[in-house]
Amino acid sequence: MKTLGVSIGIAGVTGSSSLLSSCTRVENNTGDKIKLLTSSGELVEVDKAQLKPADLPSLTENQKRGRLGLPGRSWVMVIDLSKCRNARECMKACQNHHQLRPEQHHMNVLQMQDAEHTAPYYMPKPCQHCDNPPCTKVCPVNATFKRDDGIVLIDNERCIGCRFCIAACPYSARVFNWFEPRDAEKYAGVTYNIEANVPQKRGTISKCLFSADRLRDGKLPSCVSACPNGVYWFGDRNEDAVTNGTTKETVSFNELLQKNAAYTLMEELGTKPRVYYLPPKDRAFPFQGEIQNDHKS
Amino acid sequence: MDKIESPAESRKLLDKITHDLTRSIIKKDELTRFWFFILIMFAGVGLWGWIIQIQTGLGVTGMRDYVSWGMYIANFVFFVAVSLIGFLISSALHLLKISWAKPVSRVAEQVAIAAVALAGVIIIMDMGRPDRFLNIFLHGRFASPIIWDVTVITTYLVISLLLFYIPLIPDLALLRDRMGNELPKWKLKLYTILALGWKGKAEQYKIIYHAMRVLMLLIIPVGLSIHTVTSWLFAATLRSGWDTAILGPYFVAGAFVAGTAAVIIVMYIYRLRFGLKEYFQDLHFDYMGKLLVFVCLVYLYFNINEYLVPGYKMKLADGIHLKELFKGNYSGMFWLVQIIGLLLPIVLLLFRYFRKPLPIAIISLAVMVSAWFKRYIIVIPTLEHPFLPVQNVPENFQNYSPTSIEIMITLFSFFAAITIISILAKLFPVITIWEYAEEQGIDKKYLSEKPKN
Repeated sequence: MKTLGVSIGIAGVTGSSSLLSSCTRVENNTGDKIKLLTSSGELVEVDKAQLKPADLPSLTENQKRGRLGLPGRSWVMVIDLSKCRNARECMKACQNHHQLRPEQHHMNVLQMQDAEHTAPYYMPKPCQHCDNPPCTKVCPVNATFKRDDGIVLIDNERCIGCRFCIAACPYSARVFNWFEPRDAEKYAGVTYNIEANVPQKRGTISKCLFSADRLRDGKLPSCVSACPNGVYWFGDRNEDAVTNGTTKETVSFNELLQKNAAYTLMEELGTKPRVYYLPPKDRAFPFQGEIQNDHKS
Repeated sequence: MDKIESPAESRKLLDKITHDLTRSIIKKDELTRFWFFILIMFAGVGLWGWIIQIQTGLGVTGMRDYVSWGMYIANFVFFVAVSLIGFLISSALHLLKISWAKPVSRVAEQVAIAAVALAGVIIIMDMGRPDRFLNIFLHGRFASPIIWDVTVITTYLVISLLLFYIPLIPDLALLRDRMGNELPKWKLKLYTILALGWKGKAEQYKIIYHAMRVLMLLIIPVGLSIHTVTSWLFAATLRSGWDTAILGPYFVAGAFVAGTAAVIIVMYIYRLRFGLKEYFQDLHFDYMGKLLVFVCLVYLYFNINEYLVPGYKMKLADGIHLKELFKGNYSGMFWLVQIIGLLLPIVLLLFRYFRKPLPIAIISLAVMVSAWFKRYIIVIPTLEHPFLPVQNVPENFQNYSPTSIEIMITLFSFFAAITIISILAKLFPVITIWEYAEEQGIDKKYLSEKPKN
């Protein structure tokens, strides 16, 4: 079975080989060496004369490929509620990756209790990346859209800030840049990357993107990688494989869902989420505490 | 009324009518100047609020990620609602040949134009990126109800302007021909240009009648659409309190209540300020009062449907929403709005005394204020109760309260709307002179006569 781990490895190899081939093409060496860290984490030495500005895609190119998505993929996330103990490493990693202010959550760990006598539990809640997304339907300018690989993305350069998508989303997954975003000055000149929705822009929408930029690089989403408790599984429905962000174990997606009686959030609304939950039974970290700031009575 | 046969009598009556109805245009006094000064000053203060909002971001408002639509959207819905009266009075009642509504139709169009124009401005003020307004046309997606709203609101504004302008043409010619000595040059020039060389020929009148009839028919679907589509901005979502099939007719019925009240108030002010007792008669207020009772009864019916049916079942999310309205944080506002804005006018206006000009103007003012808060109640409580709990955010994300900037900008919209109505009233007669003269039995040929001095 082809696993995501293997595909990450391949991505790494192809990345470094292309780097080498670009090195050999250049003839005149000055002898001045410089140490560089590659994107896969290796330290390499390169001649100074061979240094060229990186070939980053232009804004329009980025927007174009961002709308297309990764061919042949169908991304899904599985969240195992029995494992979550509210460590909130996912929330931290997410906020760092997407340059979010402390009150902005793409990933929000909620304290839930379904009915009066049922046990409370922690529920990480990203965007559900619905297959029938209420948010993209209402966007007047096609600034938020559904890609072929299942991800619902936002074009921050086009959003007019009407906030209709916030009203439409039943999962409260969307956040708005009410003020100047975090580190706005620091990233002032940086080209916008649609797949990470950074730099954030004042007066526009943001939300969980399944770290689409990391997926393109063959990495797991930030939240999935950051989790210390093995809550998250992430993978490709077409491949029927999901990888655990903590243990790096890869299993069959369908088997995982069937064995654990997985469900989706508010399936009665017909939104067809791509985020699946495994029920909070036999929990590794029971949660007894009071529900705080709860509006659901 | 029967035709007046004697030319001398006709001319005398026409002179009187023209004199009375152009008084508002010719008269200049300190009070008018002061009125415009106040309006423009307050509107200016409101605009300043918008500049602050553009500089700092929408964060200066009380809106946050959960209650992401606030006072602006409530205000927008209110203005769209008020504008619908133009369609009811100058089209529906005209087509039904209800003659008492004729003198009221220009007032209704003034209100409609001002309200729908401001509705458009308010929605831009609510945008996070007003600088990208053109994206609506560059990247417009016709699947979004916002694009439907933009389309019908623009169409409605155009038709309302035409319905205001076309019956105005003979009046403009009348002003051009008769008021030469009493008007400043620029005004006369304006009337001459806008009158489009009107001569009062029979075929010209024919064109006007024909054009008006077409517009009156056209405005019916457009008028119904603007408020139905505005309701769909809410009904198209999955949220409790908005997710109902009844929202379209419920909004339209509510709109007639707000609009009728607005027209009664403006009529009363004109009657008082421009000395038009003989034109906006007690009879007109009496009929408008009956109309208000009728539209209130229709609205009451929709209210009962809207609240009783889900209230009977109390499904989880609906139940939370309704409890909040009936006995929670919004109960005070909810019951005040339902009683003052709906039950009280129905009961009081059944009595002839309360349909007299002053009492009905006061009742209408109360209805208008209630109508505004009703929109607030429709928009905000629903957003405060999403399906999933509101957690890990600051206190002010959970409950919405408008900031002073929001109040400033909302006040701007009111003052700007009143300014538009005031300008229209100072520039053009508030009642269609030629139509009124004809009603009084004056033949059209006297209208295009130049007075002998």
